[in-house]
Amino acid sequence: MSVAKPLPHDAAALHVTGAARYIDDIPTPTGTLHLAFGLSDIAKGTIRAMDLAKVKSALGVVAVMTADDLPFANDVSPSAHDEPLLSDGTIHYLGQPVFLVVADSHLNARKAARLATIDHSEETPILTIEHALASDSRFEDGPRIWTKGDVDQTLSDAPHQVQGTINMGGQEHFYLEGQAALALPQEGGDMVVHSSTQHPTEIQHKVAEALGLPMHAVRCEVRRMGGGFGGKESQGNALAVACAVAARLTGQPCKMRYDRDDDMIITGKRHDFRIDYRVGYDDEGRLLGVDLTQMTRCGWAMDLSLPVADRAMLHADNAYHLPAVRITSHRLKTNTQSATAFRGFGGPQGVLGIERVMDHVAAALDLDPVLVRQRNYYAAMDRVASADAAQTKPGTGRRFGGEFSPVPTVQTTPYAMPVTDFILHEMTDALLASSDYHARRAAIAAWNADQSILKKGIAFSPVKFGISFTLTHLNQAGALVHVYQDGSVHMNHGGTEMGQGLFQKVAQVAAHRFGIDVSAVKITATDTGKVPNTSATAASSGSDLNGMAVANACDIIRDRIAACLAELHQTRIEEVRFADGQVHVGAEVMTFTKAAQTAYANRVSLSATGFYKTPDLNWDRIKGEGRPFFYFAQGAAVTEVVIDTLTGENRILRTDILHDAGASLNPALDIGQVEGGYVQGAGWLTTEELVWDDKGRLRTHAPATYKIPACSDRPDVFNVALWDQPNPAQTIYRSKAVGEPPFMLGTSAFLALSDAISACGPNYPDLQAPATAEEVLRAVGRARG
Amino acid sequence: MDVTFLLNGETVRVKAEPTQTLLDWLRIDRGLCGTKEGCNEGDCGACTVVVGDKDGVKALNACILFLPQLHGKTVRTVEGISGPDGTLHPVQQAMIEHHGSQCGFCTPGFIASMAAGHSEGRKDHDDVLAGNLCRCTGYAPIVRAAEAAADAPIPDWMQDAAPEVSAQPYAPENLDELAAWYAAHPDATLIAGATDVGLWVTKQLRNLNQVAFLGCCKDLREIAVGDDEIRIGAAATMTEVMAVVGEYHPSYAEMIRRYGSVQVRNAATIGGNIANGSPIGDNPPALIALGATLHLRHADTVRDMPLEDFFIAYGKQDRTPGELVTGVTLPKTAPALRCYKVSKRFDQDISAVCGCFNVTVVDGVVTTARIAFGGMAGTPHRAKAVEAALTGQPWTEETIDAAAAQFATDYTPMSDMRASADYRLQTAQNLLRRYFAELSGQATSVLEISA
Repeated sequence: MSVAKPLPHDAAALHVTGAARYIDDIPTPTGTLHLAFGLSDIAKGTIRAMDLAKVKSALGVVAVMTADDLPFANDVSPSAHDEPLLSDGTIHYLGQPVFLVVADSHLNARKAARLATIDHSEETPILTIEHALASDSRFEDGPRIWTKGDVDQTLSDAPHQVQGTINMGGQEHFYLEGQAALALPQEGGDMVVHSSTQHPTEIQHKVAEALGLPMHAVRCEVRRMGGGFGGKESQGNALAVACAVAARLTGQPCKMRYDRDDDMIITGKRHDFRIDYRVGYDDEGRLLGVDLTQMTRCGWAMDLSLPVADRAMLHADNAYHLPAVRITSHRLKTNTQSATAFRGFGGPQGVLGIERVMDHVAAALDLDPVLVRQRNYYAAMDRVASADAAQTKPGTGRRFGGEFSPVPTVQTTPYAMPVTDFILHEMTDALLASSDYHARRAAIAAWNADQSILKKGIAFSPVKFGISFTLTHLNQAGALVHVYQDGSVHMNHGGTEMGQGLFQKVAQVAAHRFGIDVSAVKITATDTGKVPNTSATAASSGSDLNGMAVANACDIIRDRIAACLAELHQTRIEEVRFADGQVHVGAEVMTFTKAAQTAYANRVSLSATGFYKTPDLNWDRIKGEGRPFFYFAQGAAVTEVVIDTLTGENRILRTDILHDAGASLNPALDIGQVEGGYVQGAGWLTTEELVWDDKGRLRTHAPATYKIPACSDRPDVFNVALWDQPNPAQTIYRSKAVGEPPFMLGTSAFLALSDAISACGPNYPDLQAPATAEEVLRAVGRARG
Repeated sequence: MDVTFLLNGETVRVKAEPTQTLLDWLRIDRGLCGTKEGCNEGDCGACTVVVGDKDGVKALNACILFLPQLHGKTVRTVEGISGPDGTLHPVQQAMIEHHGSQCGFCTPGFIASMAAGHSEGRKDHDDVLAGNLCRCTGYAPIVRAAEAAADAPIPDWMQDAAPEVSAQPYAPENLDELAAWYAAHPDATLIAGATDVGLWVTKQLRNLNQVAFLGCCKDLREIAVGDDEIRIGAAATMTEVMAVVGEYHPSYAEMIRRYGSVQVRNAATIGGNIANGSPIGDNPPALIALGATLHLRHADTVRDMPLEDFFIAYGKQDRTPGELVTGVTLPKTAPALRCYKVSKRFDQDISAVCGCFNVTVVDGVVTTARIAFGGMAGTPHRAKAVEAALTGQPWTEETIDAAAAQFATDYTPMSDMRASADYRLQTAQNLLRRYFAELSGQATSVLEISA
């Protein structure tokens, strides 16, 4: 068994010795040139004139390029072709690349890039959600609106109503390895590009467009990224294209990496949101009618904002059945960095909106917020008809379709998808017990009564996250597997490794298919020349898609070997089994190596491509109707915090998490995703604050001013467990995607802060995100009134 | 400049530009790419290396470490933390076993910090690792690895002997020499730890003309504990300052524990933190509250002044060209001193507000009050109106409330990315309330609470 083993990350030994190579570590040929962008210093306007004489004459400068020097497409957009590599004369945000310096060293390129004199005609930038709404500055012709039921009537008929607003800031990815690319010109104008990207095919595509070449002339290779988190889904395009056009111009290899400040100033971040809510509910806290208005700052270019905003709408319900609901989504165009993909892809923002509603309703009714959540949960999996129901034994009350079976209550999401795999009831009960939630809640209330300055809070939050790309055609993956005659295996697929452990998990799948040890499987760099037309490694889908594609390729080869051996040994194919490094052919046993040698000698192809497409998807994003997701991954967390009511300073004291990874392919790597995702999610909602000034200049553009969680910010007590039950959907070994969902468990930290603040006074704290010390102190003031 | 040091056990001699960083030299000139650049400003720790001398080893950020600072030192990068035959260091082995790396980019820096901490026998892993950012793991598995490796023996190869080197003209060996040189070269830049000057080079891309390195100037880093006073040389690192004040002023030491990170404190000097005149440096408020005396020297002329008088206005200090800060003297006892650092993040963050209180109460009445703040004005300075409102009054909540209102007289703080003016003012007032509550025995620190 290779799957389900808690093996270390495939490159762990390379990481700890410094031997793992990232883009900037790849040895480069003599004469390699280095690039830097010259950036705009205003947020909106036009360029009247550019004096680049000093840039051109600066030490080490080989060439300076502007939009006029680009031979073909001046576009690095992943969507709407609205993102020029270099400004076409219009400035859309402060930090927009305007010209490109090609120099003999990284430092000389950076120095020269600061020497331009640019004459601008400056206009008033649109920087805020409110300004954009007032100016009707938006993507798409108007807001997207999805409706289920008669919201207005239900709302006004409800026994109670509450309304409010929650603002939530964006988030800088702060991948430790900044964006980087290296282009190596080849014979005949071809180009090889090494890029720190989650989307090699997109790099290949944009580079080909920029060079005026077919995609076959460009090959993109990615061995690993030093972190991605969505920030390398589209944001690497600019560097790769810049390297390629500069390499074409100079005939020399070209490398570009952003200095950290440039990286933070140039690239997009998580979308910030404002969500207005108006809800009607009954005496027990059950939501009856829900009206949510989501407004998001997309920045200057479309990038991936439409699917991000869609996913925020798709997670506006999180784990709760909303009988009547309207979700209105405004995608606003502003003169700021073009907001982009970030772990959760809008999901966390949608989830925080409805979790805020739950919190507010619980406060209004003076009920335990967990109880309100449980009452609003979707019906449990065993209460609805599921794929496995027919196999459940009679007499358990679980069998459906029989004469005396209860009528299944299939509830649907706001987008009309039946929820048939909801397991949060059981998970919640288990987590409340293991975390001793109720007793601790009582103890905290008693502790708070004795404290005048410090207050504790505790909160529970669940997540139900839809798994699949919402652009349905992206749900496909390819693989290429070779078995060599010595029995070693070369594995390649379209997924990229950014630290999540995808390569190891998929290698475990490959090893399992052949019944060999994972050490016999060589993990190789993602390469558009090996597997074409890949989707980004995103949407948590990496192991679901690529695991299946690799399994498919392995099975093809395995079946060919089996057929060969069966014929040689005059037995049936079904009598050939691959296990424990051996191949069993009827009563005979041989090593996998011997089997491979035999197949080779008998002229059997030991190379195969594999392919997978997710079944059962059907989605209309305009109507907001259909089945965008293959299944839901779920999880729940309880967080305890303490706040200082004099300064707003706060800490996480304890976190308990129970997370659903299906039947885990690798529990160690999955727990790593849960721990890391939680801390990143908590960081988003606490210390990570992006600040722009009134000129549109990002003031938090380095770790000195932008504060991601540090070591001591993790919970003092941090209990993480997996809910190890097979996925009812037919995924690879019944595992579930795990990259994004745990990020949303950080919501419990935010809610716990709100709970602690509630102990300060009679009013609802109306806590806004991020809950910095300053915001917590403001909310303490609001609670006290 | 000629620089000689031991790199991963091998003596290297380099002709270096004075502001050539160790990180660029390792990666570009030496081809040792294990050490990473994450931020190029000493805030993320991805470039951490282990630097040693006769006093032991310490973690430093290579991105803002200039090669001349390494003259006569030993350096171990991640490549040299495993043994010559490839044997893994205990912290490396533990990081694999405990799944401490995901993307792996921060890992070499963590390994270096962990190896330095391991050599020093440290078990306070949160502090050892406060200067290393990881965006993937949430730190829990890294701390598990550090705990697992803590008791393993220190590998032989980590015990380097520093090379014998000759004195260098750019690195004066005593204060007399330095003072004379600086008086003759008043436009030169003095470089001690380079935690600030390093950024002039890596971020502002400035070319420094003449420089002198202070690391060899032994009498400038002396710390003398007398009967009533402690005199700290300007070139004493914050690690050294923390050790000495920990014995006499624990609250000040606790504030220093959150000042920068291990890597920063190992390089940064108290003199640099004072001389650069930053309104958000954390030492000046504490030292002003203590009534510290600053020592300056120009050639052979020495001058002393109360530290608060040194800060004239934003960017302007009472220091003549060619005059250098040589040290600071503070009282040995101040039992009522409390130092409060408020920032977005507890560790390795620049203060939004740093308030230091030193109030003497005799028979229930305030006899003296020294209160100083950073982050509230263009300079660190005293809250004289608050002090006046306290002095002579009974030490009661009513007095505190009345005095707190006076912060608005003392300070007109500004809004920036760290905090708003309103928050700064309210927090300053509330820190006085915290001080009163703490001295009355109430729980006031979230850092001391557990689940």
